[in-house]
Amino acid sequence: MEVTEQLKRTPLYAAHVALGAKMVPFGGWEMPVVYGGILEEHAAVREKVGLFDVSHMGQVLAAGPNAERVLNHLFTNDVRKMALGQAQYTLMCNDRGGVIDDLIVYRMEPSLYLIVVNASHIESDFEWMNCRANAAVVLENESDKTAMLALQGPNAPQFLTVAADIPHFYIAPKQVFGIECRVARTGYTGEDGFEILCDAGDATTLWEELLKRGQTFGIRPCGLGARDTLRLEMCYPLNGNDMTEDTTPLEAGLGKFVSFDKGEFVGRETLLEQKEQGTHRKLVAFKMTEKSPPPRSHYPITTTGTEACATGTTASRDACATRRIGEITSGTQSPTLGVGIGMGYVEAKSAAPGSKIGIEIRGKTYAAIIEKKPLLKRNL
Amino acid sequence: MNIPKNLKYSKTHEWVLVEGDTARVGITEHAQHELTDIVYVEPPSIGSHLEAAKECAVVESVKAASDIYAPVSGEVVAVNEDLGSAPELVNEDPHGKGWLFKVRMSDPGELDDLLSPDDYSHLIGA
Repeated sequence: MEVTEQLKRTPLYAAHVALGAKMVPFGGWEMPVVYGGILEEHAAVREKVGLFDVSHMGQVLAAGPNAERVLNHLFTNDVRKMALGQAQYTLMCNDRGGVIDDLIVYRMEPSLYLIVVNASHIESDFEWMNCRANAAVVLENESDKTAMLALQGPNAPQFLTVAADIPHFYIAPKQVFGIECRVARTGYTGEDGFEILCDAGDATTLWEELLKRGQTFGIRPCGLGARDTLRLEMCYPLNGNDMTEDTTPLEAGLGKFVSFDKGEFVGRETLLEQKEQGTHRKLVAFKMTEKSPPPRSHYPITTTGTEACATGTTASRDACATRRIGEITSGTQSPTLGVGIGMGYVEAKSAAPGSKIGIEIRGKTYAAIIEKKPLLKRNL
Repeated sequence: MNIPKNLKYSKTHEWVLVEGDTARVGITEHAQHELTDIVYVEPPSIGSHLEAAKECAVVESVKAASDIYAPVSGEVVAVNEDLGSAPELVNEDPHGKGWLFKVRMSDPGELDDLLSPDDYSHLIGA
């Protein structure tokens, strides 16, 4: 692959290769997609504990007396709701209310915020934030000197006991095996666990110590493949797939992360209009109700045709008229549920949970049903 | 990497076992290893006519759908029904229980275009 030359590598690149990982391009980075098998890595996180390199994600610091005002202008959620050390999921929108990126903001100090952004958006987010800041603020892109590991799974708190006192969606400075870290009780898997930030230079030591000491807790290194199936079972959106600059947080079902009562912010006008009038389309979650190939992004979502057709065989149903109502944005075979699952935008009138839909795969339509999010219920 | 000596191979990582005038087809150990966890196999229809080097089936892993190319031309006379409920057989036993389909060859001369085990071994750098 010619583009490999230009891909960025995390400080853990050599460690991944040494473990036999399959490396793939993702968001401009050369990342491990799988070490052994996606199914066993997925199961390790659901049942024990898994370790991910998420150093491709970016870190931006926002500091100064105006930081709160600037972030409340740039993001949809209200940073004033955050206690010291607390984390918040939020979105950065364009003027049309379209999603530029989804991010986690951590309030590190009263006037110091850490913002974790998506890998492919680090430069563009940073530029946008600098351009659109509505007051003087110090913005620093710490991405290159920061590594980030995600330790996820039910065994994570017993293993990383030093961080077990951190409440969910909080961050705290901790020494992990002698390494200065910032440990957040956040993640992208639906399981308990931590995201650990450290200096890029300490990443390999931390990674190796975690894998070595985690053996008794059933730890496995996990790649982006399992990260994707885990997040999709939880219906966590992936920016670029499930959200783009042409879809809004309200269409994506993320209205609770948009704070209209905080005053002005970028994209507010369109979003308020959508809140009052409703959206034309909605991001729904679905699950296949008959045996089918795994649903995948860009496959059409259709109506099921007439009721008589819906009770026929797959072949006879194909003769029935179906109408296209949307398109899949993320899809996979769910390792935990054992069926095809996915998300996609459909017209709002067809978006109610319980609605029967069709998924068109290579010219055949297979039966599916719209489900409430998340597709997998976890006690978190 | 297991590359059985009694099989012929395509450059697209299918194997062929000649059984009289039919050819049994599957994907190689190397291919299943690259694809990782296989969760769905869409075989060709019995009775359909395959043309050598054309797409004829789909093998899907958790991550992606991959086309399977017919190593030889002919009529599909059987498909491995076991893969409907146990697609993981392709990972576990790619040259045996994980076979995909059988073709009655319309031009057995095409077999000469396939790779020997040594050539295939060379291709994948094993």
